[in-house]
Amino acid sequence: MTNKYSSKSIATEVVIVVTLALVLMFVVPPFLTSIGQGFRVNLLGRFLALAIAGLAIDLTWGYTGLLSLGHGVFFALGGYALAMHLKLQFPPGTTQTLPSFMPLYGVKELPWLWQPFFSFPFTIGAVIFIPAILGGLIGYLIFRNRIRGVYFSILTQALTIIFFNFFNGQQKLINGTNGLTDFQTLFGYRVSAPETQTAFYWLTIVILGLSYWVCRWLTSGRFGRLLVAIRDDEPRARFTGYNPTTIKVFIFATSAAIAGIAGALYTPQTGIISPKAMDISFSIEMVIWVAVGGRSSLVGAILGTLIVNFAKSLLSETFAQIWLFFQGGLFLLVVMLLPDGIVGWLRTEGIEILEKMTGKRQLFTYPQIELEKAELEIDESYEHPRD
Amino acid sequence: MKAMNILEIEHLTVSFDGFKALNDLNFSMEIGELRTIIGPNGAGKTTFLDTITGKVKPTIGQVRFKSKDIRLYSEFEIARMGLGRKFQTPRVYVNLTVRENLELASNRHKDLCNTLFRSVSVVEKRSVDELLAFINLKNKQHLKGGLLSHGEKQWLEIGMLIAQSPDLLLLDEPVAGLTDEETEKTGNLLKSLAGEHSIIVIEHDMEFVRQIAQKVTVLHQGSVLCEGDMTAIQSDPRVIEVYLGAQEEVNVDH
Repeated sequence: MTNKYSSKSIATEVVIVVTLALVLMFVVPPFLTSIGQGFRVNLLGRFLALAIAGLAIDLTWGYTGLLSLGHGVFFALGGYALAMHLKLQFPPGTTQTLPSFMPLYGVKELPWLWQPFFSFPFTIGAVIFIPAILGGLIGYLIFRNRIRGVYFSILTQALTIIFFNFFNGQQKLINGTNGLTDFQTLFGYRVSAPETQTAFYWLTIVILGLSYWVCRWLTSGRFGRLLVAIRDDEPRARFTGYNPTTIKVFIFATSAAIAGIAGALYTPQTGIISPKAMDISFSIEMVIWVAVGGRSSLVGAILGTLIVNFAKSLLSETFAQIWLFFQGGLFLLVVMLLPDGIVGWLRTEGIEILEKMTGKRQLFTYPQIELEKAELEIDESYEHPRD
Repeated sequence: MKAMNILEIEHLTVSFDGFKALNDLNFSMEIGELRTIIGPNGAGKTTFLDTITGKVKPTIGQVRFKSKDIRLYSEFEIARMGLGRKFQTPRVYVNLTVRENLELASNRHKDLCNTLFRSVSVVEKRSVDELLAFINLKNKQHLKGGLLSHGEKQWLEIGMLIAQSPDLLLLDEPVAGLTDEETEKTGNLLKSLAGEHSIIVIEHDMEFVRQIAQKVTVLHQGSVLCEGDMTAIQSDPRVIEVYLGAQEEVNVDH
């Protein structure tokens, strides 16, 4: 009975996700263009890429209780990996052999680090596995020593500082503080051409859908419940025979990989990746998106990212100065009034209000009472048998 | 003879910054035994459990569980070898339902891949059903653990322990905060589990100890003061001396 129900609800969910994806792909862009807001399609594409990073944060923070304040590093590593491939696309007919910024600093030969990025498959592997390996390594060192809670957060933040300074200082290798920009072609197509951008937009939606599916799979079923168990009482899980270190390293590495993919999709749509993405504030912003949308809810992570970022772009267009105050205020508001975020609120109080309005409010009773009631009814039916 | 003992502890000393919580403790226990450990506050009872579960490493001496030196294993490995522990205050996963709590504990293969790729098997579902009936929580199986009463949480945690199907169960004050009726039920539950499982119970409630006790070990200042059945323990002058304030309580029935 329950199995049937769950397979039906899975089917419903798939239909909803696919429909939403198709609407985002084919209905939203023409609509925005028709009302003269065509540039927002590109914004939406970027924000959907950020939503993938939001999912990554929710996976670690919402479900496993690991508040990472360093996901910007993984995001940027993914972005840099793809950007390096793009910078190695030299227009045909030129004698260029180096990324455009290198000759400015007197670099004559392509550094060995860049060599493998000529290959597109290698680049894709790097986008996924460099953040995953880094995340796994950092996670292993931290979790093996049972460092938890705020100490974990502080270490991840330290990670952003290390990487930020390192990338900032590597002028000759990766253009330092300016970052990698001015992308020309990919597979011979101009990166900035509208058709290419549409392709990126579509790809972002598809990968967001896939990431959602992966996170959904990880966070449901027994494994998902194990994550919650480790989040809520790690020693208990350990004495039950689970090894929290392995599970947490796995989740942190997976989350880092997802953040890397997000960075790789974001970079060609913005046209730049710079050490700014490793700035502490960007990593904290990611946490704010998820907090606003609702931690422990994947839909919440996506919604929160879109809401906060659109609010950001709308507000900073009109009042450029106040966005940061507004963002701080929003975070305070959510922490104090909606500790479970928008989706968390909808799930509890929102449902109640809706039911009150539609008159469908059901009284929640403790099962014991219901059982006693049911037994009473059975007794009564024995006394008054109905034929 | 050695193969008969599920747990053997030799010359165990555990010191924290020079303070000896356990001091040259020797202890052994046969398979299927139900053993109660009592002792005044600070006797080292909890450290004793911590050492057996691998949470604390012995400073000197050896703990052998199923003839294996547990120093070489970490907590989760020892747990997988067949050791279950119930904490002093009930610790269940408050955000998971009763059923989910039991399903997590009953998982036969607790490594990453199996937990990730295999769903709960029919056999496991059936054993969880049986357990739910056993701990009397069948009609609350879809309720979150955090919503249970204190007594129900104690029982759920004991249920989770049984779900692990361990060979040795360690219970730290399983009846703390329970009503008399619940205490008696818990006692009967433990007696029914003994034989198939080996059980160590740490308890302060003398009434309860008397109900379940077959063999009692008294800890005092980190070592074993004496061992024997309840009557022998109660009349032992050394026990009466260390309990001093609790003297009447120990002798209440005589």
